Amino acid sequence: MPGTIVDDVELIDAGHGGGTPPPAGGDDDGDSSGSRRPVPRRAYFTALQLGLAAIVMFFMALASSYIVRKGLGLDWQSTPLPRVLWFNTAILLASSVTIVVARRRLEGGEREAFQSWWWVTTGLGLLFLAGQIIAWRQLAAAGMLLATNPSSSFFYLLTAAHGAHLAGGIFALFYVLFRPWSRSRISQRTAAELTSIYWHFMDGLWIFLFALLTLGR
Amino acid sequence: MLSRRPERGSTTVALSFAVFLILMTVVTVYIFWAKIWWFPPAITDFGHEIDAQYARTFLITGIVFVAAQFGLAWAIFKFRDQGQKATYFEGNNTMEIVWTLATVVLFVGLGLYARNAWAEVHFIGAAPGALQVEVTGQQFVWNFRYAGPDGKFGREKPELVSASTGNPVGLDPADPASKDDIVSPVIVVPANREVELIIRSQDVTHSFYVRELRLKQDAVPGMEIHMHFTATTPGDYEIACAELCGLGHYRMHSMLTVMNEPDFEKWEKDQEAANQ
Amino acid sequence: MVTHEDGGGHAHQHQPPSGFIRKYVFSIDHKVIGIQYLMLALFSVFVGMALSLLMRLHLAWPTAHFSIFKGGQMTPEQYLALMTMHGTIMVFMVLTTAPQSGFGNYFLPIQIGAADMAFPVLNMMSFWTTFLSLVVMICAFFVSGGAPIGGWTSYPPLSALGEIVGPGQGGGETLWIIGLAIFCGASLMGALNFITTLIDLRAKGMTLGRLPLTCWTWFVTAILGLLAFGVLLAACILLLLDRLAGTSFFIPGGLVVTDQVITWHKGGSPLLWQHLFWFFGHPEVYIAILPGMGVASHLLSTFSRKPVFGYRAMVGAVCGIGFLGFCVWGHHMFISGMSPYSAFAFSILTMTIGVPSAIKTFNWLGTLWGGKIQFNCAMLFALGFVSLFVSGGLSGLFLAQPALDLYLHDGYFVVAHFHLIMGVAAIFGMFAGLYFWFPKMFGKFMNEGIGKLHFWLTFIGVYAIFMPMHFLGLAGNPRRYSEMTAGPFLQALQPVHVFISIAAFITIAAQLIFLFNFIWSLMAGKEAKEENPWHATTLEWSIPSPPPFDNFAGVEPVVYHGPYEFSVPGAADDYIPQHLAPNLVRKA
Repeated sequence: MPGTIVDDVELIDAGHGGGTPPPAGGDDDGDSSGSRRPVPRRAYFTALQLGLAAIVMFFMALASSYIVRKGLGLDWQSTPLPRVLWFNTAILLASSVTIVVARRRLEGGEREAFQSWWWVTTGLGLLFLAGQIIAWRQLAAAGMLLATNPSSSFFYLLTAAHGAHLAGGIFALFYVLFRPWSRSRISQRTAAELTSIYWHFMDGLWIFLFALLTLGR
Repeated sequence: MLSRRPERGSTTVALSFAVFLILMTVVTVYIFWAKIWWFPPAITDFGHEIDAQYARTFLITGIVFVAAQFGLAWAIFKFRDQGQKATYFEGNNTMEIVWTLATVVLFVGLGLYARNAWAEVHFIGAAPGALQVEVTGQQFVWNFRYAGPDGKFGREKPELVSASTGNPVGLDPADPASKDDIVSPVIVVPANREVELIIRSQDVTHSFYVRELRLKQDAVPGMEIHMHFTATTPGDYEIACAELCGLGHYRMHSMLTVMNEPDFEKWEKDQEAANQ
Repeated sequence: MVTHEDGGGHAHQHQPPSGFIRKYVFSIDHKVIGIQYLMLALFSVFVGMALSLLMRLHLAWPTAHFSIFKGGQMTPEQYLALMTMHGTIMVFMVLTTAPQSGFGNYFLPIQIGAADMAFPVLNMMSFWTTFLSLVVMICAFFVSGGAPIGGWTSYPPLSALGEIVGPGQGGGETLWIIGLAIFCGASLMGALNFITTLIDLRAKGMTLGRLPLTCWTWFVTAILGLLAFGVLLAACILLLLDRLAGTSFFIPGGLVVTDQVITWHKGGSPLLWQHLFWFFGHPEVYIAILPGMGVASHLLSTFSRKPVFGYRAMVGAVCGIGFLGFCVWGHHMFISGMSPYSAFAFSILTMTIGVPSAIKTFNWLGTLWGGKIQFNCAMLFALGFVSLFVSGGLSGLFLAQPALDLYLHDGYFVVAHFHLIMGVAAIFGMFAGLYFWFPKMFGKFMNEGIGKLHFWLTFIGVYAIFMPMHFLGLAGNPRRYSEMTAGPFLQALQPVHVFISIAAFITIAAQLIFLFNFIWSLMAGKEAKEENPWHATTLEWSIPSPPPFDNFAGVEPVVYHGPYEFSVPGAADDYIPQHLAPNLVRKA
C-alpha cells in the first residue's frame, strides 16, 4: 500500500479535481464543473468483475491440475479432511450473512449497527483463517505434509491459495472501516458493496474447493 | 509529414519497395522449388504420403505467398501519392464473404485432408508380430533394447541403471527374460517389416527423430509411447534428439540402420552370441 | 493538498505533479507510465539482441575464441542460458510490454477521450512490478550456476529437478520462475486497468463502432492477458513447489539422472506443465501480435488517406483471433504424447484461426487499394508489417497439420515461423508506432532520412536472417542446438548458419542507427509544432504535442465521426477528425 496520505487519495481519485465531498447518501459521477472527469462508479464494479474473472482462471488452472493429477494417479492416496473444515465453512457462510446485514444497516443510515455487524464479519473471517490453520496442524500431526502425496499437496495448496485471497478480503474489510471516506471519490457504501461482492465470491470459491477436495479425497 | 513534399509518394521508394518484395518472393520461391535445401528422401510409404501432403501445402501456401506479396508490391507502386485523390470505399461485403469462405475451405480442407496420414501413424497401432524395440533416452545418449529370442522384455529397475558398468537401461539380471535382451547404442531394423518402437526416457524429456522416416516422438519420463513404421530402403539414417534436454542436447545423436532381412538376421545372431 | 476546494464558478484543474520523483519516477500519469514501459522495452530489446548476437556468433563459429567467456570458449550450457534468457526477455519484456503497456498506456486513454486510465495508481504499480520482475530475472545471470538452460518454455523435468540435470537449473531457474510469477501479477493489474478504462471511460460519442482499431486490439489483448496470466501463475507456483517443497506435480517416479535414482518424486506428469504453460502461451503470442496489427491497420489507413477496408470485419477478426487463441494451445504439443485425437481437434481449430488472420491481410491490401500512399517511415514499417506477417503466418499452415509437424516440430522451421511473426512483424508494428507517435509524445520528429536507412537495412536484414531458417527446418535441423557438429547432415548445414549469423550481425548493428535517431531526435529533432502533422483523425491529434498532463485540459471531447474518415466525398479536406462537429466540416 502506498504510504502517504496523498497517495491514499489518489488511489481512488483518478486525478479528478474539484468538487465538494460526495454527499453521504449518494455516490459521485456527479458533475464537478469543468474539472477532470470523475471515474464513474460503475468502473469499480467492472474492475471487480474483471479481477474475479482472473482469480477464477487461476483457480480453474489449479482445479484442473488437481483433476488431471488425480486421474494419473496410482499414487493418489486419500487425504482425510479434518472435521474442523465443516465448522470453518459454516463460519464463512455466516460471515456472508453478517456482511449483508451490515450493508443493510449502512443503507439505512444506522452507522453503529453497520460497524458492529461489519466487525462481526471481520471477526468471522479471521476465525475462518484460524480454523484453516488448525486444519493444517491437524493434518500435519497425522503425518500428512505438503509433499507427502499429491492429494495432500493439493489440499495445502488450494486452501493456502484461497486463504491468501481471503486475507485480501479481510484487508478490504478493515479498509472499509478505517479509511477516511469523506476525502475519497467513492463512498463508503460503494466500497462496502464492492467488498461484499468479493466476500461472497470468496465464500462461493471455498464451497467449490471444499466440494472438490471432498469428492476427490 | 506535410512540409516535406518529395518523399510523400516517392516513385523511388515505391519502386524500391515493390522490387524488393518481388525479388524476395522470387528468390524464396525458387529456393523452395529447386529444393536446394530439402527433406532427405523418405524411406517408408508413410513418408511418401507425408511428402505428398507437403506438396499440396506448398502449392497452396506458395500461391497465397506470391499473390499477397505481389499484390502488396503492386498496390504500393500503383497507388503511391502522385497527387490523385484516394477512392473512398469502406469495404465490400461480397468480397469479404467470398474470400473468407475460400480461406475456410482451403485451410480447413487442407487440415482435414491430412487426417489419414496422422491416423495411420497414431490412431492405429502396430500390427501384432511387429518387431518391438524399446527406445530409451537419457542425458545424452540413446539406447535400444530388443527382446531377444524369447520374445520377452526383461524387467528393468531404476536402481540398477549404471552406464559405467554397462547396464544403461537398468536390466534386472534376476529376471530370466533379461538374459537374452539385446541392448545397443544404435538401432538396427529389417527392411519391409513393421517395427514398433516403445519410447521412454530415464530422466528428462527427449525426442526421437529420424528425418527419413518423417517421424518424431517425444520421449517423456513416466510414459511409454508407441510408434510404428515400415522402412523400405536399406541404409544408415541419423537420429537426432529433438527436445531440449540439457547441455548435451546438441550431441544426443545415434544411428538407425535398415538392413535387408538376411543381413538383419545375421546382425541379430551376432548380438545374441555376444550376449552369451 | 488533499482536499480539493470547489473553486467558485470557474473550472479548477487538478494540480499537475511537482518534483522529479512524482513527475518522472513514481508518476501516476498514464503518459509517463507508457514511456517508462517503452524505456523498459527498449533496454530489454537491446539486451535480447545482444544475447542473440552472441548465440549467432557461436552457431556460426563454435570454436572461435571469445575472451569474455572463461577459457575463451562458449560452453553449450552458456549457449543455452543465453538462448533461454533471449527468449524470455524478448517475449515478456519486449513483446508483451511495448505494444500493449507502452503505446497502449500512452494512447488508449487519449484515443477514447479520457483524462487517464481508470486506476492511475494501480497503473503505476503495474509498471514498477514489471520492473521488479525484470530485475529478478536478470539476477539469474549472476547467481552461481548462472541463468537457466531450459528455454523460455521451461519444460519439467528439466526445469524441476534442479542443478542435477544441468547448470543454471538451480538458483538461476528459481529466480527465473519467481521473476515470471511477479510478471504475471503485473500483467493482470495492467489488463484490468485497460479493460475497465475501455468499457467505462469512453468520451461522449465514442461508441464501440467508432473506436480506432488500435483500441480494439488493446482491448482484446487485455482480455487475453486477464484470462491467461492467472494460469501461468498457477503453473509457476506448482513448478516452484516441485523444486523447493518436494511435491510431484510434474515429476514422475523412477527417474535416474546420471546413475542417481530420484526417489523423492513420483507420479507427476510433465505433460501437465505443457498444458498449463501453453494454455497461457498461445494467447500470449496473440498478445504479442494483436497491437501491432492494430497499429498497422491504423497507419495503412492514415497514410493511404482511405478508410480501413472492412472495419467491422477487422473488429470481428480481432475478436475471432482472441477467442480462438484460447482453443488452440494443443498445437504446441502434437508430438508430446498427448492424445492423437485431441491433437487432430486442435489442428482443425488452428487451421480455423488462420481465417481471421487471412481476412485481416485481405483487408490491409483493400485499404491500400485505390489509395494515395505516402511513404514516411511509419508507413514503411506498417507496409513491412504486412509483408512479414504474410511470410510468417503462412508457415503456420504447415505446422498446424500434425502429420507434417512430425517432421518440423522443434526444428528451425518453427524458429523461422515465430521469429517472422513475433520477432519481426510485431517489432515492425512497434517501430511504425514509434515513428508515428514520436512527434505527439515528444514534440519532435524523428529524422526521416536516418529512419529510412534504418528501415531498409532492417527489412532486408530480417528476411536474410529468417527466410533461410525455413530451409534449415526442411533439411531437418533441430532447434536449441548449441552447435551443428553432431552428425553429417547437420555439418552440411553450417554454411547456412554462417550466412544467417552475418545477416544478424548487420541487422543488429542497424538497430544502433535507430537508437541514435531516437536519442538524437529527443534532444535535437525537428520540432513538431502542429498538433496534427500527419492530418490524422483520432483524438490524440487534437491535443498539443506533447499533451498536457490531463490530456484534454479539463474539457471532455465529444466524438462525432468514425476513426477513419479519409477522403470523404464532399469534404474539402481529405480527413475529418473524429471530434470535429459536423457543422464545422468544410465542404468541397
